[in-house]
Amino acid sequence: MGEHRIPVAHQFDDSVQQRSAATLGMWIFLATEVLFFGGMVLAYAVYRVLNPEAFARASRVQNILLGGINTAVLLTSSCTMALAVHAAQHGQRRRSVICLLSTMFLGLAFLVIKGVEYAEKLHEHLVPGIDFRYAGADAGAAQLYFILYFLLTGFHALHLTIGIGLLAVLAVRSALGYFSAEYSNPVEVAGLYWHFVDIVWIFLYPLIYLIQAYR
Amino acid sequence: MKAPASTAVYFRVTGGLFLLLALTVSLAFVDMGPLNIVVAMTIAVVKALLVVLYFMHVKSADGVTRAAACAGVLWLIVMVALTLSDFLTRT
Repeated sequence: MGEHRIPVAHQFDDSVQQRSAATLGMWIFLATEVLFFGGMVLAYAVYRVLNPEAFARASRVQNILLGGINTAVLLTSSCTMALAVHAAQHGQRRRSVICLLSTMFLGLAFLVIKGVEYAEKLHEHLVPGIDFRYAGADAGAAQLYFILYFLLTGFHALHLTIGIGLLAVLAVRSALGYFSAEYSNPVEVAGLYWHFVDIVWIFLYPLIYLIQAYR
Repeated sequence: MKAPASTAVYFRVTGGLFLLLALTVSLAFVDMGPLNIVVAMTIAVVKALLVVLYFMHVKSADGVTRAAACAGVLWLIVMVALTLSDFLTRT
């Protein structure tokens, strides 16, 4: 990529139109994602309304500190992602690559901490379908809580893993000089996806961890 | 959809997000009865708005993008409101 050639696909008038089409496409995809996670969160809400006490008691095994650290990690990763997009849009290749790699690293840190929490659950026999032994009352409703916990956090972790993969490709392409101040759509669009995954966790953390922390 | 010239806004927003995270954790340890979930969700919505408006540039986006961003949330509100209006009012 010696000289700056802006790749505009033949269906677009110019790079401006191509750019807004890319952004709009990602936002429409994110609307379907909102409803994908929304359905699971709604299932969680309904069962929590039906079993308020059992869900509150079950949530007390959650590690509020680890969940909070993970929230901070994801919020920071959104900041580095925004900086990566900013650098890409201004043609600062080196800064963009560094910010993309930092974002990936923070995403991996989140997954490692999540893995520690999953291991704790397995150790405490709280994984429905694999090893579930619950001493308290209302074991059935508690099992529902843990099924929904693994469903919601599992799909969130899957999305994060996909995001890390996307960023790895973009970091390599940035380093190779695929992007410039005129053309950085892939970095911008991946940024939108990454921020969405962050927003999902912003809602999951209080819903799952902070039900009755005051008890 | 152009990003702002300076990156200062991203650091301010991140600072705000961290303050709100500290707030939501602190308030979770205060017994407010049924208000706990309301407060927690309100703070989460504010955090999400900060991310959407500044990190995702919806504040400076064109009308079509804003409409697409609102569409998913609009249908989510319909789905949640209709479902919970049943389960929350059963006697």
